[in-house]
Amino acid sequence: MNERKARFTSLSGLNIEPCYGPDHLKGWHAEQDLGRPGAFPYTRGCYPGMYRSRVWTMRQFAGFGSADDTNARFKYLLDHGQTGLSVAFDLPTLMGLDADDPLARGEVGHCGVAVSSLADMERLFDGIPLDQVTTSMTINGPAAVLFAMYLAVAEKRGIPFDRLGGTIQNDILKEYIAQKEWLFPPEPHLALIVDTITYCAAHVPKWHPISISGYHIREAGSTAIQELAFTLYNGLTYVEAAVKSGLAVDAFAPQLSFFFNVHNDFFEEIAKFRAARRLWAREMERRYHPQNPRSLQLRCHAQTAGCSLTAQQPLNNVVRTTLQALAAVLGGTQSLHTNSMDETLALPTEEAVKLALRTQQIIAAESETVNTVDPLGGSYFVESLTNRLEEGARELFHKLDGMGGMVSAIERGFPQREILDASQRYQHEIERQQRSIVGVTEHREDESRSIPILKIGPEVEQEQVARLSDLRKSRDPFKMAGSLEELQEMASCHQNLMPPLIEAVKAKATLGEICAALKEVYGTYREPVVL
Amino acid sequence: MTVAATPLRILIGKVGLDGHDRGVKLVARALRDAGIEIIYTGLHQSPEQIVATAIQEDVQAIGLSIHSGAHNSLFPRILGLLREQGAGDIVLFGGGIIPDEDVPRLKAAGVQMLFRPATPMHDIVDFVNGLRIER
Repeated sequence: MNERKARFTSLSGLNIEPCYGPDHLKGWHAEQDLGRPGAFPYTRGCYPGMYRSRVWTMRQFAGFGSADDTNARFKYLLDHGQTGLSVAFDLPTLMGLDADDPLARGEVGHCGVAVSSLADMERLFDGIPLDQVTTSMTINGPAAVLFAMYLAVAEKRGIPFDRLGGTIQNDILKEYIAQKEWLFPPEPHLALIVDTITYCAAHVPKWHPISISGYHIREAGSTAIQELAFTLYNGLTYVEAAVKSGLAVDAFAPQLSFFFNVHNDFFEEIAKFRAARRLWAREMERRYHPQNPRSLQLRCHAQTAGCSLTAQQPLNNVVRTTLQALAAVLGGTQSLHTNSMDETLALPTEEAVKLALRTQQIIAAESETVNTVDPLGGSYFVESLTNRLEEGARELFHKLDGMGGMVSAIERGFPQREILDASQRYQHEIERQQRSIVGVTEHREDESRSIPILKIGPEVEQEQVARLSDLRKSRDPFKMAGSLEELQEMASCHQNLMPPLIEAVKAKATLGEICAALKEVYGTYREPVVL
Repeated sequence: MTVAATPLRILIGKVGLDGHDRGVKLVARALRDAGIEIIYTGLHQSPEQIVATAIQEDVQAIGLSIHSGAHNSLFPRILGLLREQGAGDIVLFGGGIIPDEDVPRLKAAGVQMLFRPATPMHDIVDFVNGLRIER
């Protein structure tokens, strides 16, 4: 047979054969490995009806400039049919710093919205019904503090906590591995995460206290198998920490959520979602024997791959994103963010983000792909890929077990080095033209046209700094300092920190002040540099 | 040639709070593989730390990756600190998410080169090797 290439491989490097048939599924049993939708091992989906019952939540990640700028963008998205909110915070906020910190200079409002105090959080959600819209917040190091602010806003508006729905990302392990916005060392940080899980189990039952994230691991250059393995292993690490603290698995596991990337390799990505659900259900069953079936279900958000977009011929990004979004839908995601075509250049403009939202709406309303559950179930190729992804992830699980778990693996630089090596392999494949990127490695054009991009002016930082200065003048300094002392004391004797955090934000302590107080107790994280 | 007699020492780093280090590490590895001595700073460096390390390590050039949108503030601050500390001969170059329209202003301020996304790695290696010839 005359073939275009000597070897065909998936984006993760799996060998792909000319055609798949029953021989590739030896030992595979539909009853045991596929099951029914909404039943163990959940390969076909978490719910019996999937998108026949309700399509996924369309949730565009948004945030820039001031709380007022982002509030306006939220309302714009809701007006155009978005069904959930997702907050992007700026880098100072992600690092637990106030906008007037010297390290924040030049960064305020650029990568997301600046939120330094409860007052900022109130303006961010002004006019948005917190009991009707679910809100996801991409915040990790200082997640407990921002969550305390959100709860304080709800309390002020008289909304009971049990009516709040949403998610805080709160996944510090993948920060050490990939996204690299951290505050405290692993041990106290895991304890703080367990505090949020415990608090939600008791008081905020519809909230996801953590979104265990593969997205950033993939963006850092991992393969699909590494994304799957490191994410689920991180998840098991959090479950173990919560169980060790004395929580029953069924008290919190139904509130866990996951977040995956959707990259270019269409079938491999679909298989990844299916393998993730099956592997999670099997591992949770084997390790913890939960009674509530919801403790076995992996529910997830997905985002199309930012790293797949190109600055060259940016309109091509709309097509890439469409294919990736379709893969997430065929994989059975619960919610989805589609990237905008201009995101390799800057945060998206209103027009670009509307087109990205329309992409999801067209898939849901016009493609007729949502009428049956797991339409690729039983495909020889997709089932074979699903098996190989699960097997590959299990091999990495075994290596991580051998290192004594994820925290010691991170301290040794293991996941960081695996990802960097994979990213370098991919880069070499592109440079040797073993993989193509339209508009970059082929079909290049001289580009004179440029698309409009969103600009963040210096006034955003100046105004935020002024607001903080006013806040510090207007508050009761003794009450504020007392709330931080109380927080430090509770942290020193390992009490749940959510109640004192809520008190501290209400006493107008700022994000930076609260995080600095906690760093005095916990210390700070120093990365093992891996090159 | 005198190439072997003048080993290049380059500081490769991340400045500001930005944690995107995929690109910078690939660049650092490619330069290292090309025989260039690399000082990699790790993440979350302030402009002051970058300049202090560059002077202490006696590097010929600083290459910075910025994906945070803070390039218009960070590059000029580093150039200013280098001049203040008598190290204006250290070449500054960079890459990351930098819109085309910001490039002329940054170059006029003294950033010698800014690499666009998807620049072939050998272009960066060639640029750095070119610094050897200039000296």
